[in-house]
Amino acid sequence: MNHQEKMKAYWRKNVKILLSLLAVWFTVSFGFGIILVDTFNKIQVGGFKLGFWFAQQGSIYVFVVLVFVYVWLLNRLDREFDVHE
Amino acid sequence: MDILTWTYILVGLSFALYIGIAIWSRAGSTKEFYVAGGGVSPLANGMATAADWMSAASFISMAGLISFAGYDGSVYLMGWTGGYVLLALLLAPYLRKFGKFTVPDFVGDRYYSNKARVVAVICALFISFTYVAGQMRGVGIVFSRYLEVDINTGVIIGMCIVFFYAVLGGMKGITYTQVAQYCVLIFAFMVPAIFVSMQLTGNPFPQLGLGGTVEDGTYLLDKLDGVLTELGFTAYTSGQKPMIDMFAITLALMVGTAGLPHVIVRFFTVPRVKDARLSAGFALVFIAILYTTAPAVAAFGIYNAIDSVAEKPVDDLPKWVENWKQTELIKIDDKNGDGVVQYVADPEINELDIDKDIMVLANPEIAELPNWVVGLVAAGGMAAALSTAAGLLLVISTSVSRDLVKNFNPGISDKKELMIARGAAAVAVVVAGYFGVNPPGFVAQVVAFAFGLAAASFFPVIIMGIFSKRMNKEGAIAGMLTGLVFTLSYIVYFKFGTELFGVAPESLAAENWLFGISPEGIGSFGMLLNFIVSFAVSLFTPPPPAEVQEMVEEIRIPRGAGAAQDH
Repeated sequence: MNHQEKMKAYWRKNVKILLSLLAVWFTVSFGFGIILVDTFNKIQVGGFKLGFWFAQQGSIYVFVVLVFVYVWLLNRLDREFDVHE
Repeated sequence: MDILTWTYILVGLSFALYIGIAIWSRAGSTKEFYVAGGGVSPLANGMATAADWMSAASFISMAGLISFAGYDGSVYLMGWTGGYVLLALLLAPYLRKFGKFTVPDFVGDRYYSNKARVVAVICALFISFTYVAGQMRGVGIVFSRYLEVDINTGVIIGMCIVFFYAVLGGMKGITYTQVAQYCVLIFAFMVPAIFVSMQLTGNPFPQLGLGGTVEDGTYLLDKLDGVLTELGFTAYTSGQKPMIDMFAITLALMVGTAGLPHVIVRFFTVPRVKDARLSAGFALVFIAILYTTAPAVAAFGIYNAIDSVAEKPVDDLPKWVENWKQTELIKIDDKNGDGVVQYVADPEINELDIDKDIMVLANPEIAELPNWVVGLVAAGGMAAALSTAAGLLLVISTSVSRDLVKNFNPGISDKKELMIARGAAAVAVVVAGYFGVNPPGFVAQVVAFAFGLAAASFFPVIIMGIFSKRMNKEGAIAGMLTGLVFTLSYIVYFKFGTELFGVAPESLAAENWLFGISPEGIGSFGMLLNFIVSFAVSLFTPPPPAEVQEMVEEIRIPRGAGAAQDH
């Protein structure tokens, strides 16, 4: 694999990681917190209706986890393709 | 010691700290002035970004906004945190690799066009000025409520402080003061929240207390739902906004956050691409601490307020009500003269009017916390307002000295450029102060502008610049202008239609909104238009030159970032 093909492969994998993480980002906030909020509100966890919890708490926790997962995955990918700093 | 003494001591100490840091971290070169020399650690940058981002509005007003909006308030919580996911994944690492100092720098170089650069400068200036006026006002309000000085004197004191460290220290001074300001503001926000959570629910974590039980064993949120529906309001955990509008506002705030120039430039200050990713993660953690606590403060606040005032005799109200009645943030009007305060949804018979800012500002008094906590909240509000104001002023001064002056006179020396940057910062402080003293009547409304414009202009243009090699200047400029003009006209029409064009107020009502999207959320539609127009135009116009395509390939690869360049 020459350099240019390698960089193309790196970019394709990078975009794939981005899209899967953004799918989670969309699901917890726009999905659980807005579109499906009424369905999720039928489930009660402790003092929270689940849809309300996702909208005001859960989605934020997931966002934080997502960014750190991204950092970890990309650092691994950078090393795999030998483009790390 | 009384509240006023404590406030003077704590606010004074925090100011002394900021000034001390400013003297220690003076900027000696343009590179230090613009990007703090490019050597800030990801953790410090994360904290500075959090302080930069969380404004007087986040600290003082957001919790109260949620108190009265309940579930509808979720748009702010998700919108102002979810944007960091976009920033971390789609923008920060690539812009860091690009390695210049400003957002217009990127737009101008990537789209090989000074026209595009100038459009970007105008957007950056507009967004930053609307924002900074609100911050100076916030400083004035905190001063007048806690230190018992006149609002205008407060604004002027705030101006002097910001002037001192932003003009002297540039990005370097701002970064390290913002780290200190973050610590002050988060401590000031959390202490009362933890106390109140303990008192109400017995749980020291407000995030868990929100789902906890109150004295009589029922869940706090269930109880709140019950009380509010009984008084004729919507239940706390269900909303009134239509789903499409919730969706549009959340998206516009997220995308707008990711496109705000004063947030983006913070990621130019770290040494490597890797650090840009990590520091976006840290920033989000630091922001999330406040943003997951705010909904708890919101629910505790409205619960406490109703519990201690509603249906109570007018002449026997708690002391904090009396204190805050003087500031007119609480108004009580015994309309039916029965000597009891009625709090109900129907404005005709409602007798209690509570300003949203009370929920944070009066929180320590409502919960009968010690006097030093009140002083702490004042110092925290000030830290939130000053840190954001400084970040915005830097964007303004950089836009002028670098994107306009330096770009069109490439020969000027580093020293002269630095002088111009300082001069521009000084002028910006004065202009911001002017708006703080004479606030345009629409400060609250213009926030919709800032986010809508960032969403409809910067975000798409940067994303396409990174993710599409084929995107050319014709596409980008057409897209940016379409997004801008559409969003701007929509907001102006629906917000100021009556004043400006004499449109009948009824025709501006919600049922006439495009697809039911409010002016706050229209930025997401503007963004969509921007993408569509850009792609359509780029298909019919020549692809960008080879060296620009190479540059795009280059910014996609982390290795070789080096420090941000001087030229």
